[in-house]
Amino acid sequence: MPTHTTLAATGNSVVAEAMRQCKPNVMAAYPITPQTTIVEEFAGFVAKGKTDCEYVTVESEHSAMSACIGASAAGARVMTATSSQGLALMWEELHIASGMRLPIIMANANRALSAPINIHCDHSDIMGARDTGWVTLFAETAQEAYDNTIMATRIAEHPDVMLPVMSCLDGFITTHSIDRVSVMDDESVAGFVGEYEPRNALLDTGTPVTHGAFAGLGGPYFEFKKQQREAIENARAVVSAVGAEYSALSGRPFGAIETWGMDDAEVALVVIGSTAGNARAVARHLRADGMKVGVVKVRVWRPFPYAELAAALKGMKAVAVLDRAESFGAEGGPLYLEVRSALYDLEMRVPVVGYIYGLGGSDVKLELMERVFSDLADIAAGTAAPAGLVYLGAREEA
Amino acid sequence: MPEVAEIQRALAPTWCPGCGNFNMQKALSEVLAESGMGFEEYVMVWGIGCHGNGADFYRSQGFHGLHGRALPLATGIALTNPDLKVIVEMGDGDGYGIGGNHFIHSVRRNIDMVAIFHNNQIYGLTTGQASPTSDQFMRTPSTPGGVVEEPVNPVGVAVAQGATFVARGFAGDVEHLKDLYRQAIAHKGFAVVDVYQPCVTWNKINTFKWFRDRVYKLEELEGYDPTDRTAAFELSMSTFHELTCAPDECKIPIGVFYREEDSFTYQDGLPQLDRPMWKHAEAPRDIGAILEKFE
Ligand SMILES: Cc1ncc(C[n+]2csc(CCOP(=O)(O)OP(=O)(O)O)c2C)c(N)n1
Ligand code: SF4
Ligand SMILES: [Mg+2]
Repeated sequence: MPTHTTLAATGNSVVAEAMRQCKPNVMAAYPITPQTTIVEEFAGFVAKGKTDCEYVTVESEHSAMSACIGASAAGARVMTATSSQGLALMWEELHIASGMRLPIIMANANRALSAPINIHCDHSDIMGARDTGWVTLFAETAQEAYDNTIMATRIAEHPDVMLPVMSCLDGFITTHSIDRVSVMDDESVAGFVGEYEPRNALLDTGTPVTHGAFAGLGGPYFEFKKQQREAIENARAVVSAVGAEYSALSGRPFGAIETWGMDDAEVALVVIGSTAGNARAVARHLRADGMKVGVVKVRVWRPFPYAELAAALKGMKAVAVLDRAESFGAEGGPLYLEVRSALYDLEMRVPVVGYIYGLGGSDVKLELMERVFSDLADIAAGTAAPAGLVYLGAREEA
Repeated sequence: MPEVAEIQRALAPTWCPGCGNFNMQKALSEVLAESGMGFEEYVMVWGIGCHGNGADFYRSQGFHGLHGRALPLATGIALTNPDLKVIVEMGDGDGYGIGGNHFIHSVRRNIDMVAIFHNNQIYGLTTGQASPTSDQFMRTPSTPGGVVEEPVNPVGVAVAQGATFVARGFAGDVEHLKDLYRQAIAHKGFAVVDVYQPCVTWNKINTFKWFRDRVYKLEELEGYDPTDRTAAFELSMSTFHELTCAPDECKIPIGVFYREEDSFTYQDGLPQLDRPMWKHAEAPRDIGAILEKFE
């Protein structure tokens, strides 16, 4: 059984620690706030000889992901980290990594996108990369960021999956706050993730292969995409199996969604990332006042847990979905659209309201959570109809 | 015509006390004020970094875009109105690293604008990682084992690529820097001004003193001819300093390395750029008579 040590550490620090424990062969990275300290800490491990990873400082994120792709195609276990504009600049390569089925592990410190310039938390960066074919996990806390990094390695490299995995944590809130985190000993983590056995590696010079060659008109492009779809569908079962195995080791439960108070809840709030904590804190108070409220947190964003959400939200009198990203021109944010879709096949219609909140780090006050629950109570009581999309807490005049 | 006090916003810059950016702003705003240009006559564009925070500390027509992309953005602006003076401020990471390809192509294009590089040999804003101009073996938080690669030689690259104005300044000498800015603004074509701008917080090696002990002015170098490209290239290579260099072993020239008058600019190559876009606008023409012919 593993030895557990409790640390007071930032999210970034334990992500770097988890990466070291997963023994990557190559890391290529470029600094960007609020990710930078992940790779800086990792660079420290390299300098102190605590890892034998090849660590490359490149001149942009475009180059960082390109170098990761090259190393992964060569057969290495590869990790990196980025944020915001960095993730946006990687966009071309994100598709190459998933299209070539390269199990790269990347941490993303969720941060707003320009313009105007902003360095604070929201989910615009990762939601913009939603359709790039990466398996995507979200952390609420530093603990989850640590756990997700380790599970990501196993999920990515699983023969039924072989896809890159992004592990997201909220910029500053989770990356920089000091939190209580339980970490495992190196040996247990190494044993859990195991050795990576690459397939079609470029370093296997006995069987030369070319990655990424032209597969246009009449070529197998279409079928490649179908296989990618199959792989990410396979990831559902793999995520849950790896999660169960990891839970047994860590003693911490894991599921694609996490529910709170849902046994007897009449209304529920669905959220992703660090705001789940704010939502639960308010829900706890409201429950003490006799309101039957629940919170559903999404931990796996891709593949999206439609069935789990439908089961959790079935029979709710009203559901609120909180999005920390926009999908301009759509009915609501990306999470809202998915939740609505998840509920479509239910016999009984569940009223769903969408909220956009916290863009560019705008403060997520507890009063805002109270307002959401009070809206839900009104809808459940039939005293109000679900409103259109609400910009939660936005000032009338900025 | 705006005064220095109008060009510099009332907002107190957030740069660290003692940062080289203060002197660079002093030099540029004084030169802009004495140039007599009105706010409508020039545009400033910034990259992302401590230098780019200048966007908040200058009052001007301006654009603060993306890390590394100031030059193409400025190119777009310059092409809409050849009457505008376009001044671009970038960092060493910004302009020579992530945006390095734009540097080469802007030089090649010889587009008429001023490109100022705040070269502090470090990523200042992201708190002190090695940049493309950090000296080899320099230890930083991203390179605790020391930088592996050779640094970029901005002056050498610009001269080799055919730049028509290449200068190097030092933020510790405002009067000299002002002179370089004046010449760069007056230059027709792409004017490169690489400025050693000590970052007092993160670069503890290339400090004001470090440069003061080493810099000398090209104007004072006997027989130096800034219209001789080969000489400029040789000088840029032979004086490319190294971290280990003692002050008496390595001297760093500042001043105009190379200049070519009356060069052929990108704007010269496109006759439609002889006047601003808005002057191309014509009144809608009545084509009724032409259409009638075909009925
Ligand atoms: C695409 C992208 N990657 C990374 C960053 C993070 N970032 C902001 S400034 C900077 C480096 C700044 O260094 P430099 O250009 O030398 O400017 P200085 O701060 O030293 O003036 C980086 C890496 C970013 N803004 N965008
Ligand atoms: S970090 Fe360095 S470059 Fe940035 S403001 Fe401070 S001294 Fe200047
Ligand atoms: Mg710099």
